[in-house]
This record gives sequence, C-alpha cells and structure tokens, in this order.
Amino acid sequence: MAPSAFVWLLLAAAYFIVPLYATLDFSLKENKIGTPCCTLSNYSWVLHNGDFWHTIKISFLLAIETIVISLLLFVPTMYFVHLKLPRLRPVIAFMALVPFVVPPIVMVVGLLRTFRGTPNWFYGQPWGFLATAYVILAFPYMFFSLDAGFRSIDVHTLTEASRNLGASWTTTLVRVILPNIRSAALAASFLTLAIVMGEFTIANLAAFHTFPIFLQYVNESQGFPAGALTLLSFLITWGAMLSLLLVGRKRGVRGAVITGAR
Amino acid sequence: MSYLELQDLHRNFGAVKALNGINIALGEGEFLSLLGPSGCGKTTALRLVAGFDRPDAGGIVVDGREITNVPPNKRDMGMVFQAYSLFPNMNARQNVEFGLRIRGKHKGDGSKRVDDLLELVGLSHAVDRYPHQLSGGMQQRVALARALAIEPRVLLLDEPLSALDAKVRVQLREEIRRIQLELGITTLYVTHDQEEALAISDHVAVMYGGVIEQMGTPAEMYTAPATPFVAEFIGTMNRLDATVLDGTTGEVEHSGLRLQVDAARGRRTGERVLVLIRPESLELEARTDGVPPNSFTGEVLTQTFLGPVTRVKVTGTGTSLIADMSTARAAALPVGAQVVARIPSQGAKLISLPDDGPGLPALDPDDQ
Amino acid sequence: MVGAFQDKANHATFSNIHLLFQHPYVDAYWGSLRISVITAVAGSFFGILVAYAAIRDGTPRWIRSVLTTFSGVAANFGGIPLAFAFIATLGPLGVVTTWFRNGGYDLSVRWPQFQLFSERGVELAYMYFQLPLMILVIAPALDGLKREWREAASNLGAKGWQFWRYVGIPVLMPSFLGAFILLFGNAFAAYATAYSLNQGQNIVPILIGNYYTGNVLDNPHLAQALAFGMFVVLAVMMLLYIPLQRRAARWSK
Repeated sequence: MAPSAFVWLLLAAAYFIVPLYATLDFSLKENKIGTPCCTLSNYSWVLHNGDFWHTIKISFLLAIETIVISLLLFVPTMYFVHLKLPRLRPVIAFMALVPFVVPPIVMVVGLLRTFRGTPNWFYGQPWGFLATAYVILAFPYMFFSLDAGFRSIDVHTLTEASRNLGASWTTTLVRVILPNIRSAALAASFLTLAIVMGEFTIANLAAFHTFPIFLQYVNESQGFPAGALTLLSFLITWGAMLSLLLVGRKRGVRGAVITGAR
Repeated sequence: MSYLELQDLHRNFGAVKALNGINIALGEGEFLSLLGPSGCGKTTALRLVAGFDRPDAGGIVVDGREITNVPPNKRDMGMVFQAYSLFPNMNARQNVEFGLRIRGKHKGDGSKRVDDLLELVGLSHAVDRYPHQLSGGMQQRVALARALAIEPRVLLLDEPLSALDAKVRVQLREEIRRIQLELGITTLYVTHDQEEALAISDHVAVMYGGVIEQMGTPAEMYTAPATPFVAEFIGTMNRLDATVLDGTTGEVEHSGLRLQVDAARGRRTGERVLVLIRPESLELEARTDGVPPNSFTGEVLTQTFLGPVTRVKVTGTGTSLIADMSTARAAALPVGAQVVARIPSQGAKLISLPDDGPGLPALDPDDQ
Repeated sequence: MVGAFQDKANHATFSNIHLLFQHPYVDAYWGSLRISVITAVAGSFFGILVAYAAIRDGTPRWIRSVLTTFSGVAANFGGIPLAFAFIATLGPLGVVTTWFRNGGYDLSVRWPQFQLFSERGVELAYMYFQLPLMILVIAPALDGLKREWREAASNLGAKGWQFWRYVGIPVLMPSFLGAFILLFGNAFAAYATAYSLNQGQNIVPILIGNYYTGNVLDNPHLAQALAFGMFVVLAVMMLLYIPLQRRAARWSK
C-alpha cells in the first residue's frame, strides 16, 4: 500500500472511530464524575425508563404504519405504471426527487400550513399528521427501490403468463409480482424504518414525542445515560442499513442516504 | 545490428514464472509479433518494454542504450492498448496531440504532424469527435495515431484488434502493417491470433509458459514448426504419434500403420517422433480395391464448407485426420464414404518427442 | 409557500421577505452558507482523498469493502446521536478533551477559539456524515478511471501530475461537482445536529424551528418566509451548478 494512502485511511479511521469509542466510554461511566470504569447502570436506567419504552413504541409503530401505507400505495401504483403507463415513469421519478431536494425543515413548514385546520384526530395525532409526513419523506426511497425491482423483472411476461393461467389481477399482484420484487420491497422497508426511527426535525416542529425527541431530552438532562441511549439508537440505524445492504447485495446496492435525521 | 534487445528477461508474480528467460533481438524497422495463448507471458514482456513493470532479472536495450530502469514517461515508446485507452475528455485531435502537448511541441510543426497522422489513419473527417462518438475501429485508429505522434523509437501494440469485429479486424491489421512499413518503425505486436500474426509480421515469436518456443519468419513457423506446441498452435495440423522403424529408409510406424516419411531418414531407430502433415498436403480419394502404399483408410465423418476449400474429417483405425480439398472434389466424397488418405512422403515434417514425455500441452480452444 | 407573503392577519405582504435581508436573518443565511460551503469543500476534498486511498492499486481489497459498507451506514448518522457522540468526544467532559487535559494541554485554554458548540464545532460534527457521503458518491467515479488512461499518459511522456491535470481531474469533474452540490444541500438542510449541539446557533433551520415552535417568538409567517428563502438559495445553487456541470461534462454527451 502506498504510504500516503495508509496515512489518509488511518486518519479517516481515527476520525470515525473516536466518537463512537467516546460514546461507549460515556455509557459505561457511573453517573458521578471521577468514579472508575465500568458500570452497566446507564443501560439499566434506560431499560427501566417508562418514557423510553413509550417513545420507542410510538416510533416503531409509526415506522410500521409508514411502511404499510407506503407499500399499499406504491406497489400497485408502480406495477400499474410499469405495465400500462411507462410514459408516466419519468414524471413520477421527477416527483420523487422533490422530497429529496426540499429540506425537511422547509417541508414541515409547508405541511403544517397545508394541514392546519384539519380535525384533531389527524392534526394532533402522530398516526395522522406525522405518518403522512413520513410517507412523503419515504416516497423517494420507496420509488427508487421499487422501480429498480420492477425493472429487473419482466412485468409484461409475468402478468400475461399469470392471467393466461386464469389468475385474477389481485392474485397476479400478490402471488406472482410481489414475490419477485420482495427484496426491493424489503430494502425500501428497511430504509423507511431507519428514516422514521431517526427523524427529528418534523417531529420536533410538529411537537410529537417520538424516540429521537426523547433522546434529545435525555441528552440535555442526563449526560451518562444519554451515552447508552445514543449507542442504542446507532444500533437501530446500523441494523436497518446493514439489513438493507444484505438484501440489496445481489443487486449491487452500495447504500443509500436518508434524509430527515440530520 | 539489432535495434531492440530483450536480454534474458525474468519476471515472477508470486510463484508464477510469467517470464522465464526471454531473449529477443529485433532489427530497426522490423515487425515482431509475440504470439501465444493467454497467460503465456506475452503481455508481461510488452509491459516490461513499455516500462509499466520492472523485470526481476535481465535487461532491455534500445539502440544500444540500456533502458531497463528508465521510467515509462522517459522511454519514448508509443503504445496502443487493447481498448478504451483514449482519454474520454479529449476529442480525437486532442488525444493525438497529447504527447506533443506534454513536450510543448503541439504548435506549428507539431500541429501539422497531428493533421498528417489523422489523415494517415483515415480520420480527417472525425477530428472533433469524442471517443464515445467513435466506433471501436476508429478509436483504435486514433490510439495508433496518438502513439505515433511522439515519433516513438518503438511502437508497442497490445492485442489492439481483439475487441473489434472480424471484418474490421482484418482491414485494420492491414492498415497497421501499411503504416508501419511506410514509417519504417520498429514494432512489437502482441496477439493470441495466429492468423493475424502470420499475416502482418516480419518475425513471429511463439510463447508458452514464459519462454519463447520458437522464433522465425511466418513461413518458417508455418512450414517448419520446431516444437509440438508450435505445431499445434500455428495453423491446423494433423499429428501422428509414431516410432521410427528404420532410420535409413525413413520408415515409421503409427498404430500398426507403416509409413514412409523422408524426414525420418537419419533418425535413430526406435525414436519417438511426431509426424506432422498439413491438411492441404493430404490427398483424399474414394476407396477402390486394394490399399495404395503410404496411406490410411477410413470413413468421412464430417465436411465443413470453408468457401473455396472444404475441410473433410476422416476417421479410421485409431486415428482421425483432417484434409482440405477443393469444394468441387469434396462433393464426390459425402459423409459416410469410404476413403483413402495418401500421406505424402515429402510433405510431412517430423518432431522428436521425449521418450517418456507427455504428448502435447493442453490448449485452451479459445486461443486458437 | 403563500404564507411567506402574508402577515399575521393573512393579508398579502412582502414585509416578511424584506425582513430576510436584515439583521439577524441575513446573518443566519450567511451562517448557513458558511457551514454548508466549508463542510462541502472539506468533505468533498478529504472524501475523495480517502476514497482514492482505499480504491487505488496496492490497497488490499478488504479495506475498500469495509470503507464502503461503513460509509453506507455512517452517511446516515446524524442528528441527536451524532451530536451526543461529539459531546462525549470533545465536550467539556469529552474523552479527547480529558486525554489532552491529562497530558497537560487544556484545549479550552490553549485553543479558546475552538468550541464544540461554536460554528467550527458544528462543522466538525457535520463532517461525520459529509465525509462518508462523499466516499459513497465518488467511489464509482474513481472506479471508472481506467488503468489504461494512466498508462497511456505515462507512455506518452506525462508525469503523474500531468495525468491528473489533463485527464484525471477533467474526467472526475462532473461527478465531483454533482457530489459537491449534494454535500452542500445535505449540510444546508441539516437541523437536528446543530439543534442538539447549540440551540442558539445562528443558522436558518434553527431560526425556522424557533419561530415555529414559539420557543422565542411565535411567528409562523416569518418562519415560512425563512423557509422560502432556503428554497431560493437551493434553487440558485442549482442554477449555478447546471451550466458548470454541462461545461464539465460536454465530452460525455
């Protein structure tokens, strides 16, 4: 290896590893300064905290809701577009770029204004307003992932074969098309999970108590348990992204960059 | 007086001996092809001459000057790569100009030279096109002009035609030879295509396993292969594993068949030899009563139409032979016909085989 | 977006837009631009160096696959957890701060202009997602640099720097510009990391958040105007980017 390459890689490794190490170090410290390493009390604090379980449940259920709505909405749409209206594809591709380009902080301002005055069961509940925002946020990832999935199979031949053998449209979609785009749908779902579990901007501005909001609250108030909680949240992102890479490996997926968490 | 010399070059990659003692001496203005199957070391040798790699032992001399340790950008060698070597951000003209620009000579005479070269390779109409707007054959023409622009001392070509269509390949190889002769430039050409090598070279060196098996003019290589490998690699050859019965009469024996071969005169009795017969020197006729001397009987297995000639495969006891004959005459010998193949006593060549050695090295069929 | 042009009683007005050009709002835009440009420049510069170090001949293959996998994950770090990781590293009680202090070098005394909660600190934290994003985006372009180009250049007499000057950099330029604009937008839109590090940070997303949630002053129309301004900045960046990109990539069309 060239010496300069070695130096650059070493510097990069240090920059990436030290903050992770520091977080681990914090998470193992007693909640008093000066006491020696190590204790698991911070982790136990997290696991015995009611708010932790409450917010992580909200975030997780929100993620599931977002994934289900998105798949129900986009899988049949994308199927139809690929089968009957291929000319519409570039239009949707362009629309999918919009949530990607518009900063979440700008998007939430627009959404809050658009939906102001809607009934409280929608506007005041995470399951309504926030889920809607997250479906929009996840749209580009759903689109590009599913689009790649649909393009890798021969939608026309599969559909004709299935219809020819007497299957209904629903059966065709569920029993023939879906299994063939499974890895694309899974990849999109993992991405959505990572987005929703880490999204702070919209939740904060719309004043909903999700997991990242709890994390920020602990950060401000409880130094050492925050270390444990931060590692936990890293693990969630890691898990989702590594699963994504695993499902996508055959299709050469190198990774994806999600919005909203920053 | 040789102009380019490779002196006992060795190069190992781990345990693999890519080059195991290569010696070449090439006169000024001559065209040498390094021919061999993939992995024989021919590209390694070329890269050593270009300076992209250094030998473990041995030296390279150009025009009396040792250049073994000169960096590639100081060697003044023009190289044409297999494919995709044009700089994609420059048009044809800028590509050709590149070497002169580096030397600060792209104005005035240099500019004229670029125009001349583009005309020489027949691309005057496409000077403004970028590489992706050029066909594969045109790209290689630009690459050739680019390599020639710096007035290199040696022109190196690394399988420049292998990525092209068959028709373009033949056309372009003739042009390369024409330009080489016109400029009188010393040229080293690497290829795995024996037909190509024979067609355009002054000399051909057949390489196998990191050594040169045989070097000679194309005619020598074709008519007098010196080793079993060369016999197999160049052209199509019938090979009969035989034992010398009588060194004075030139009589040999191949699976119970006694043959008279002039080339076997003077051989030691009992020596193992390989009898080599080109398909075009085998004479085939319909079998009548009685077997004429020096011949082999069998049945026509297949006929392959090759245009003016037809290749007929004959199989008989223990052996099968290939004969090329005029298509008209082949029509009289349909598949299944009983035939006699007469082996000319003068047309056959002979190679000694080691007494206990193997027959022939295995060849990758793609390389032929 | 209409809200940007309304006052508190929903009458049409340009006063919100006019306000954007005054203190402290214009300062927030400058702050946002500074952070975005600095982290995009540093991120794309160091990112391409690190990616090249991992991809070039001679570096073992496993380093490259570890780096791309890690980048795929790390490009998505950000926000609250990232801010905490940096507090744990360089905050007053941070691990690195403590190392230095134990070594007799007090960062806060010897280097007072550096503060994790200052603009430089926010930039340092942003680099944690900018760098991997650059690596992720530029790696395929670096892969596309063929060995033949380098060899052909050297064969024609070019020195190492001449290859980069005439071939390497021009060929990479379109991808590099694209990556740069992506990094710029990425930093420009970031909210959570800066929020968590320092809520008083004078950048546009923080201001919007403050006006919207009423932390400081409840004025949704001003927030909408600020958001509109961000949109305009991004649009201007795109307008600058497109002709540059077209010029850089004219050989590939």
